[in-house]
Amino acid sequence: MKIFICAALLLFSGVALAARPLPDDSIYQLQDSFFNQDGEAFQLASRRGKPQLVAMFYTSCKYICPLIIDSGRGVDHALSPAERSGLQVLLVSLDPARDDVAALDYIASKRKLDRSRWTLARTEKSGVRKTAALLGVRYRELADGEFNHSSALILLDADGRVLARTEKIGAVPDQEFLAKVKAALAQP
Amino acid sequence: MRTSVLAFVLLNAAGLADGVSANDNYVLVPGGEFKSALKYEDTQGKVAVASFELMRTPVTNAQFLDFVRKNPPWQRGKVVPVFAEARYLAHWSTPLQLATHATQQQPVVNVSWFAASAYCEAGGARLPTWGEWEYSAAADGTRRDARSDPAWREQILGWYAKPSNAPLSPVGQSPANVYGVQDLHGLVWEWTEDYASMLVSADNRAQGEQDRLKFCGAGAIAMDDRENYAVLMRVAMLSAMEAANITSNLGFRCAKSLP
Repeated sequence: MKIFICAALLLFSGVALAARPLPDDSIYQLQDSFFNQDGEAFQLASRRGKPQLVAMFYTSCKYICPLIIDSGRGVDHALSPAERSGLQVLLVSLDPARDDVAALDYIASKRKLDRSRWTLARTEKSGVRKTAALLGVRYRELADGEFNHSSALILLDADGRVLARTEKIGAVPDQEFLAKVKAALAQP
Repeated sequence: MRTSVLAFVLLNAAGLADGVSANDNYVLVPGGEFKSALKYEDTQGKVAVASFELMRTPVTNAQFLDFVRKNPPWQRGKVVPVFAEARYLAHWSTPLQLATHATQQQPVVNVSWFAASAYCEAGGARLPTWGEWEYSAAADGTRRDARSDPAWREQILGWYAKPSNAPLSPVGQSPANVYGVQDLHGLVWEWTEDYASMLVSADNRAQGEQDRLKFCGAGAIAMDDRENYAVLMRVAMLSAMEAANITSNLGFRCAKSLP
């Protein structure tokens, strides 16, 4: 009986959470469709529930983009296992023309990303523009197909509100940013 | 008699203009290679513009009102702040009513990039790229590229020198350029799809290690045509904007790629 009540309560609180409207300053207000490296469609609002690291990249990028993955990893490594399990990572491609699901899947495997927490995602060109605008990432496609882009790692709270950002990219995390990640993960 | 015939013709013309401007009205802009006033490192300023369609005039208050009626999340008071700051459509008297100083045929202003993009998408269109906008705006009534003509430059700068506190003229009052496009100069600033990519204010060449990492790939772009102040002013203004920002002299028009 007690178990049953607990289950009912859990179910109820789950429903209540889902029904709570998205804060109006959440970037999860964006309704464009995305696909992950496993070919599953999703909207940003489905990422609600856990704090999230977000960045933009593209798979054919030779220089900074591997560093963007390293940056996410650097944060991961600086966390305790319990903290790490509470954090999700979302990397959105700037290059929808070339980054199809297969390209994302290839990089996820090559970089041995934990697919239960890491998502490499693509959306259509107009969705890329809007995502970049929401994240404050500026980019331009170059004649040779590379992109000129600003690199930032952004921390979102469980409802998709921007808590912090860093443009210090690399395997050694920005300590100030890391402290904010840990603080977000310490929230009940 | 002659007077009444003339009056009839004028009336008819006015009626037609109303009917036409109530709908989005596109003209074909044939593509070509073009030297942008922005000197991109990768192309040395050369931009290949594919043929596309561009709205003849900027989107009006009437057209935008029709859009927000059909799309309530974009009404003033309902739009979320991540998509438009609080002064969004502040010149209308209510969320669904224009005002004496915001008339049907004036270009809509006080709209964010997100709202402008949503308007265009609702019509199966998009915002023009900066390259498309600059390419179209280089033309005058007879030439596809009038920019080297000092008289043309003077005329455009003259428009920009008008005081900005005067009420906005209705759209479609200026002469059409060689493509049939009007009001590219002299009425309002206009959002472009890639306004955020001009990176002018973020010239990273003179800064330290950390800032060099801020931009991946071929660093900064520079201005190639220092005489073309009208374009430079526009680039500087757009580069300073965030996508949720609005101003009282920034509107937009839409474009379509050819199928």
